[in-house]
Amino acid sequence: MTARTTDRLVVEAVRIGEEVAGPAADDVDRKARFPVEAMEALRFEQLLSVLVPPELGGDGVRISRVAEACTVLARHCASTAMIYAMHQMQAACLVRHGRSDFLREYQRSMVARQLLLASATTEIGVGGDIRTSICAVEAGEGRFRLEKEAPVISYGENADGVLATARRSPDSPPSDQVLVLCTAPGLSLQATSGWDTLGFRGTCSLGFSLRAEGDERQVLDDPFADIASQTMLPVSHVLWSSVWLGIAGAAVDRARRFVRAEARKNPDVTSPAAVRLAELMTIFQQMEALVRGAVANFEAVYDDVEALAGMGFAIAMNGLKVSASTLVVDIVGRALVICGISGYREDSPYSLGRLLRDAHGAAVMVNNDRIIANNAQMLLVHKDD
Amino acid sequence: METEIREILTEHARLPVEVASLDDDADLYQAGMTSHASVSVMLALEDAFDIEFPETMLRKSTFESVSAISTALTSLVGAPAE
Repeated sequence: MTARTTDRLVVEAVRIGEEVAGPAADDVDRKARFPVEAMEALRFEQLLSVLVPPELGGDGVRISRVAEACTVLARHCASTAMIYAMHQMQAACLVRHGRSDFLREYQRSMVARQLLLASATTEIGVGGDIRTSICAVEAGEGRFRLEKEAPVISYGENADGVLATARRSPDSPPSDQVLVLCTAPGLSLQATSGWDTLGFRGTCSLGFSLRAEGDERQVLDDPFADIASQTMLPVSHVLWSSVWLGIAGAAVDRARRFVRAEARKNPDVTSPAAVRLAELMTIFQQMEALVRGAVANFEAVYDDVEALAGMGFAIAMNGLKVSASTLVVDIVGRALVICGISGYREDSPYSLGRLLRDAHGAAVMVNNDRIIANNAQMLLVHKDD
Repeated sequence: METEIREILTEHARLPVEVASLDDDADLYQAGMTSHASVSVMLALEDAFDIEFPETMLRKSTFESVSAISTALTSLVGAPAE
């Protein structure tokens, strides 16, 4: 059953990408609207719950299959792929760290109702450092309350639940954090800022005032430091990089089709564009090897807590993000030079505008400077493996 | 050894509380030590005790309390003289 299911994820992702996400992508981008069509299709095919283990009704797919689904979706609509990736990041955290009966029941409802989960890890007043919080969980008598000012919660308006970071208690220091599952009926989100950006416009990452209350068991047991290093960080870097690989792949496709079309008109000439395409393919090959290799490496240690706790692993996952986000911009830029005016136009079969704008989001969604600084710090003590 | 460890924590762990108020087994991360500060602590320990932490010891659990750090150092330098 497992083999058939994991193939089904990618096959359906291809179909939804081609038939649903792709045709709507320009409108999603132009209007900066939620890609409701593609998300409904993903829900209908039960693809939101694929990481939930079989004993709780899910498919228990391997992370490499989720990564592949992100890549194929991204070829058609990067916003859809990014929403899917970010949802799976939250799902992965719940699956691995939501071990209580209460949270296992929630995972069952994730399958039954195809719930969509969002993330609130940044906070107004903190900046982009997700390992520091100002807000705190107030718990007592089996209940919890939390108020958080979030500068961005991607697709918050469309999410069924939000996993939010906070200080463990009002007396806890800023880095002593927990992760809280905030859900209906005890969840209220008031939009405080809009999302009018260069790219990833369909992710609808508005700012929100989050007010949540619920059962104390919605606070995950494991310290957020552990959830972040074992699960959230590697899953996010691997899935984001897979999305960016899909963007790069789409740009490469356009460049290849353009060069072939040109060549058919002038078969005897090796155009400069054809030479540029050959160079582009070497860069794309680097990106494919980087991302697929990192996904395979992560999958190999997915359940190995010792390996996941290593500094070398953290440095490698950070490096993946920085490298992939740099390569995708280079690749789409080169494709634009190849396609020329046809790529520059918004109304041609070779249009690269949306791909270019989406690609530029990669380096700033968590800023590469922050990630490099974290690696610089770790490299002061890290020894070779 | 614990005394020197506590001195290093006071100087480098950037805790919001007095190191003296923490037991040997108190969780330093819950007390406020960030990942960033923990690296400074690791460097200071390497310098003070003239050792290098191997890759296998460069993880959160090694530095989670004064006792944990003491155990780790003992395994690298041998039993303390004091």
